[in-house]
Amino acid sequence: MAEPANGARIELRGVGVTYPGGAAAVRDVDLTIAPGEFAVLLGPSGSGKSTLLRTINRLIEPTAGSVLIDGVDARALDPVELRRGIGYAIQAVGLFAHLTIAGNVGVVPSLLGWDRTRIAARVDALLTLVGLDPDVYRARYPRQLSGGEQQRAGVARALAAQPRVLLMDEPFGAVDAIVRASLQDEIRRIQRELGTTIVFVTHDVDEALRLADRIVVVANGTIAQTGTPEAVLATPANDVVRALVGIDAQSRRFAEARPLLARDRP
Amino acid sequence: MSFLLAHPGLVAARAGEHAALVLVSLAIALAIALPLGVLVARRPRAGAVVLGVLNAIYTVPSLALLAILVALFGLGAPTAVVALVAYAQMILVRNIAEGLRGVSPAALDAADGLGFTPRDRLLRVELPLALPAIFGGIRIATVALIGLATVAAWIDAGGLGSIVFEGLHQDDAAKIVAGSVAAMALALAADVLLRFAERASARA
Repeated sequence: MAEPANGARIELRGVGVTYPGGAAAVRDVDLTIAPGEFAVLLGPSGSGKSTLLRTINRLIEPTAGSVLIDGVDARALDPVELRRGIGYAIQAVGLFAHLTIAGNVGVVPSLLGWDRTRIAARVDALLTLVGLDPDVYRARYPRQLSGGEQQRAGVARALAAQPRVLLMDEPFGAVDAIVRASLQDEIRRIQRELGTTIVFVTHDVDEALRLADRIVVVANGTIAQTGTPEAVLATPANDVVRALVGIDAQSRRFAEARPLLARDRP
Repeated sequence: MSFLLAHPGLVAARAGEHAALVLVSLAIALAIALPLGVLVARRPRAGAVVLGVLNAIYTVPSLALLAILVALFGLGAPTAVVALVAYAQMILVRNIAEGLRGVSPAALDAADGLGFTPRDRLLRVELPLALPAIFGGIRIATVALIGLATVAAWIDAGGLGSIVFEGLHQDDAAKIVAGSVAAMALALAADVLLRFAERASARA
């Protein structure tokens, strides 16, 4: 599949989001995400990580600061045009129930006015990319798919118009652990293959460690720490980060220890 | 039934008038109800006012509404159409708005995030997903209008009601039965047909 092998650079400069009524969801965030980087925004629920993600495609407008895509202020772009160039996948998937899987995956190309043959070819290539056999899934409706299959179709739809940025908001949060692990492997493989810049929101430390080139820990609407998974795990910058990765670190050790316990049993 | 069997051509002609009256009214009613339904779904406060007004119209007795409209527009089918359109609004607008409000928030978030324009979102996501509810509204409104259109014969709008009114004036029970049975048959046929459409739209 011919893909532009480069992701876009994303810069957040002093981004703040204050809701009418005065509550600040995000305060003074500076963050640069390199082209082709897999950045994971990690934080507890209510930390502002989803709000931050949604400022990138202007589903939420920052009340302070600015978002730059490849150096261009997002505010200078038409929001619809901006979003068509940015993939978007969410936990609830939000496949359109009245369209087949092919209709769903091809929806953005269809909005962009591609011709039928080109859309059909693109849909088949994308379904193959996310591990769904086009001959089996093309004509099915979303409700005929399992949760994991729906999420794969959601990722295919997000990638349809060859976006240089892919935003993912807890995309694998609603599927079981085994399916989640396989989806994580797939998205990592796809990202290496396409070179897309991915910004991925999760509250799951293990998921962040598994996927990220760089983890951005978000707490109370600000960035608590950024660094490689190893760095964040080894040297948490403060108590907030320590609390977040620490508890899970213990449970990870417990999970590793369990098979040993089982084996020792007579 | 004897009249019906003796004059099938006449009854069929009246049934045709009846169906035309209802279809024209429905088409006009839908054209008005669609934007109103979108307004009610999007703006709860303005929507409450719209629904209040439509509800008030809906509660006016049909004979009284026809009498008022005759005073304004005179006798004839066009006046009957105005009455039928007014009655259908309540049913159609409420169903369209409910259908739109029932669209999953995830589908809307996805549509916005993928770069749908508001117009694309409405036409390609919201209305198709609301279609079963909209068809339900059309079905209920059609059955109600077929009944109401019978009364419209009172203001010279034609249709099956004119056979019933003739029967009343001529004290001819056979005509009353023929007109009524034909109107019922029409309503039943419409109900079955639209139930089918409703189910087909929900299957997709």
